[in-house]
Amino acid sequence: MTKEQRLKKRYSAEKRFKAYGIISVCAALLFVGILVFKVFSEGSGAFVKTAIQLELDLSKEKLNLPEKPTKEDFENIDFYDFAQQHILKIYPAITTKEKKELLTLFSSDFEYEVKDFILSNKNLIGQKVFFKITAASDLDQMHKGNYTRDIPEERRKVSNFQLKIYDFLLKENKISKIFNNYLFSNGDSRNPEIAGIGGAMLGSFFSIIVCLIISFPIALLAAVYLEEFAPKNAFTDFIEININNLAAVPSIVFGLLGLGILLNVFELPRSTSLVGGITLALMTLPRIIIPCRASLKAVPPSIREGALAVGASKVQSVMHHVVPLAMPGTLSGTIIGLAQALGETAPLLLIGMVAFVVQVPGTPMDPSSSLPVQVYLWSESAERGFVEKTSATIMMLLGFLIAMNSIAVYARQKFEKKWI
Amino acid sequence: MDLTMDNKIKIKSNNLNVFYGQKQALFDINLEINQNEVTALIGPSGCGKSTFIRCINRMNDVIDICRMEGQIQIDDKNIYDPGVDVVQLREKVGMVFQKPNPFPKSIYENVSYGPKIHGIGESKDDLDQIVENSLKRAALWNEVKDRLEEPGTSLSGGQQQRLCIARAISVNPEIILMDEPCSALDPIATAKIEELIDELKKTFTIVIVTHSMAQAVRVSQKTGFFHMGKIIEVGTTEQIFKNPTNNMTQDYITGRFG
Repeated sequence: MTKEQRLKKRYSAEKRFKAYGIISVCAALLFVGILVFKVFSEGSGAFVKTAIQLELDLSKEKLNLPEKPTKEDFENIDFYDFAQQHILKIYPAITTKEKKELLTLFSSDFEYEVKDFILSNKNLIGQKVFFKITAASDLDQMHKGNYTRDIPEERRKVSNFQLKIYDFLLKENKISKIFNNYLFSNGDSRNPEIAGIGGAMLGSFFSIIVCLIISFPIALLAAVYLEEFAPKNAFTDFIEININNLAAVPSIVFGLLGLGILLNVFELPRSTSLVGGITLALMTLPRIIIPCRASLKAVPPSIREGALAVGASKVQSVMHHVVPLAMPGTLSGTIIGLAQALGETAPLLLIGMVAFVVQVPGTPMDPSSSLPVQVYLWSESAERGFVEKTSATIMMLLGFLIAMNSIAVYARQKFEKKWI
Repeated sequence: MDLTMDNKIKIKSNNLNVFYGQKQALFDINLEINQNEVTALIGPSGCGKSTFIRCINRMNDVIDICRMEGQIQIDDKNIYDPGVDVVQLREKVGMVFQKPNPFPKSIYENVSYGPKIHGIGESKDDLDQIVENSLKRAALWNEVKDRLEEPGTSLSGGQQQRLCIARAISVNPEIILMDEPCSALDPIATAKIEELIDELKKTFTIVIVTHSMAQAVRVSQKTGFFHMGKIIEVGTTEQIFKNPTNNMTQDYITGRFG
């Protein structure tokens, strides 16, 4: 082979290699693009809800209130009856079936929506006001275009009569899309239109806080001891191997551990984010110890020597110099470990955080769900309304993960740049 | 040279043997180092001179596989006695390393760290005074007095090394060990450090490891020649470089090996 041939061959090999790299990057981007597109196109609808405008007559006669109403009088109002009367007025429904069909166009919670509105706006008593009531999920899906109306009535969720009302309301401009506050404030529900991820978000938040409080100090101390103080012998080698093994153990095994120890032996309350957090902490510990050790190892030995040479004790040299210098690495390792814990589902299923919880948890001791488990729960639901909610939950989860990972990158860069 | 007062022995090693695992690094080292003098240790790479000075402040303790036999006495007290506290020893024996290693903190904190942990200088004013004095004695004060809050790592290599010297003298040691302090510096910075060493020997006893024979001649009063973990010849610097008694020393200083 001549020199020219060799040169040509080398150049084409380099070109090929570059092409392979570009193809792989493009393939990866394509998959991310498909995922993001699917999740966004399905989930963005969940952030708005369909609402139907009612004209409420808040006169005292209609509300059955005396001239000077007391607090008790307000509580005695039959809000269901009051709301129902107004709903039945928007479209002529004669038979019981028609009345029922008209009422089921509204969220099953319409009574409470009207009640909350009146009780928090007592100054409007005596006036006529417009009020928007959340529509039922089926009408919501119809309005968002997720249901087709060109199929026979018996296969449709919305009856012919309901369609007539819908068209009438559209013509009257009484149907609108408004921001879905329930998505963020409510817990789970059987009715998609009032189901929210507020409970799941708080559950996830409590779990992650518990996980952070338990795992970070233990992991940091373990890493510092193993890296700086422990003698190098067979026993510490054994521990090191086991930490690496633990980091690779499937997360569901930690769920079994939580179930067996925390719930059965210590009898901690089931389905709570406290237990979830402890279980996640067990899982996260080795995953934080490893990056902590790596960042401690990366601190140059000359810094330790410098501190020792001016007469710092071993503990002083580690605490005053090595640990602060390793902080960017330990922090970003911790945050990435927590981000993994945030997305973890399997261990939480085993300790009962998969329960159907309507109440939004107030403390880590209350039963709750978590974001990934909520995705799992809703993805199994039959109602069309839960499909967009599932994707919206995934969007929130991805949002939190991206935020946490960005914080990790930012923390690392900011603290490292400071001195070097 | 004034022999009458400079001959008090500060450091004395008796049959010092040092091992790294199975490998013996130093063989029966007997050496006396005089107070308020600069003693230079020369010899080819790997001859054990750095190992020796790291024994004087027990820096080798942090190396797990390092083991030693024999004695090193400072002021006639064996520093390897079980009762000796390493932290107090290192307060008395400061060290400057081959590569400048300032802490990644401010210049002020670099110098005040030692006094702080040893409880020297109770108030902020005391500390300020110590920092100023130490930096002045390290001939760095005029260059950094307006930017004490800047990171020590932002200084040039020579300034960093003088900062490390200031850090070492901030705790009022009696001895300063220097492990090739100029090997990472340019000639101008080297000249400044050498000038400084000459000044510092009035207060401190200095042991310096160096690869540069010219430097040994310039700064030291006494020179020890190490080879293969053994001390071959010790004498006044003048004698070692003008009339070495040992052939190996002769060969080394004339550049025939090493």
